[in-house]
Amino acid sequence: MYVAAFTWTEFAQQIAAGIRQGAVFAGLALALVIVYRSTRAINFAQGEMATFTTFICWSLMNNGLSFWEAFPIVLVLAFAGGVAIERTIIRPVENAPVITIVIVTLGLALLLNGLMSVIWGGGNRPFNGPFSTRTIDVGGVPVSVQDIGIVAVSFVLVALLAVFFRFTKLGLGLRAAALNRDSSELVGVRVGWMLAFGWGLAAVLGAVAGMMVAPILFLDPNMMQTILLYAFAAAVLGGLDSPVGAVVGGLLLGVAITLLGRYVGFIGDTLKLPTALLLILLVLLVKPNGLFGRVAVRRV
Amino acid sequence: MTALLQLRDVEARYGAVKVLHGIALEVGTGELVAVLGANGAGKTTTLRAVSGTVRRTGDVIFDGHKLPRRPDAAARAGIAHVPEGRGTFSELSVWENLRLGAYTRRGSVKDEARRVFDYFPRLEERKGQQAGTLSGGEQQMLALGRAMMARPRLVLLDEPSLGLAPMLVKEIFDALDRMKREDGTAVLVVEQNANLALAHAVRAYVLEVGHVVVSGASERLRANESVRRSYLGY
Repeated sequence: MYVAAFTWTEFAQQIAAGIRQGAVFAGLALALVIVYRSTRAINFAQGEMATFTTFICWSLMNNGLSFWEAFPIVLVLAFAGGVAIERTIIRPVENAPVITIVIVTLGLALLLNGLMSVIWGGGNRPFNGPFSTRTIDVGGVPVSVQDIGIVAVSFVLVALLAVFFRFTKLGLGLRAAALNRDSSELVGVRVGWMLAFGWGLAAVLGAVAGMMVAPILFLDPNMMQTILLYAFAAAVLGGLDSPVGAVVGGLLLGVAITLLGRYVGFIGDTLKLPTALLLILLVLLVKPNGLFGRVAVRRV
Repeated sequence: MTALLQLRDVEARYGAVKVLHGIALEVGTGELVAVLGANGAGKTTTLRAVSGTVRRTGDVIFDGHKLPRRPDAAARAGIAHVPEGRGTFSELSVWENLRLGAYTRRGSVKDEARRVFDYFPRLEERKGQQAGTLSGGEQQMLALGRAMMARPRLVLLDEPSLGLAPMLVKEIFDALDRMKREDGTAVLVVEQNANLALAHAVRAYVLEVGHVVVSGASERLRANESVRRSYLGY
């Protein structure tokens, strides 16, 4: 078993790489949490939805648009797609047992995966990202511009969402609809649209995650499948109904997996995913609500 | 006087079970009207029929227009329903609950909030607190305060005195009287405590198994032999 000599510079580099991975996990985990909170559905199609929108970005760029020109168009399409999926596919089964909804989202994942192969063909292709892969020196540690860009974009998005949920009326209506449907209707919140809006936001988060990782992973219909599993682990770690938990869980998981893969010889690259899944299991055994899971306080 | 709210031959059902069998009822602008009756008589369902949160047939006419049976229609027309169990969002803060009360209104909520805090100073002290951690009385104040935020023309209130100490019950009913006096807000209240309800209401309707069996001015009902024996207990 080979273990490289330890240097602090390399350790810092690994942390940076972990944060970059974690930012992507966090984005997708947040999408899962928003969907779970609004419709109590575990969306197994979140990864495929993200890949689909990334393919749209790729098509737009092939037709002469730059990444940053395509970016807002993709976000709008992703939002519309998320809303449409909720209204047409999820709405009819909203009161069905969990297992039904799970199977519907699994079916949706397969459907989207097949559609992508039909439209764009299988096999992976390079995706020219918006950031250079050149490394720059950050306090003595070489970090790639791409990594910094991915983390920055993810953080800006999460910050915008936090502001939206906390300070806008629509954001408040969305939270209310997710918490208590009947009371929301009594104050005039259009609950059905709010839930669809939640799916739209989740689709936007997924689209951003997809466009950020595509330059690293190469684009193919299965691109987000592994990342979705990590995102599940991150969401469970943080608490499935906690947005803060999803972000913290994502970052923790990204850093932990990177460090374990690098410094624990037998894990390496091959055992990273099983390690993440082991983590889900441990969290579910020890703290089923996750690190930030909601504990409702109620006095009667 | 033209009625602000008018129910004509309203029926309501939960699945196969019919709960209201043709209710007729009126509430005028600025009137406090009570619905009395035993458990299961259909009092709560009457309020739910107005706010459209139960399947109903018949006409619910508000301010001269038929109300569509869409869940948010009543709120948008100016009816604030404070349901059984108060319907506050226990995970949200007091302030967020109040903001939700004004959800259908545009613009600033500062004026309404000031008015609510003037009625219930305790809510201002607990502005940032999670609503679920409030005491029962404070939650009822919050529920009423949230209703006030919408500047409603009619408040539907379900069992406001349930589980509250007499002092707090008085505070709630004083607030209702003040809303009526200062803003001309009408109230349709369901109440187990018939003495209390008749002391504040101008009129009342007595329900028995989904029918209005007696109705009229509060003084007349208080004098009515059977009402006295069944609901007032003397």
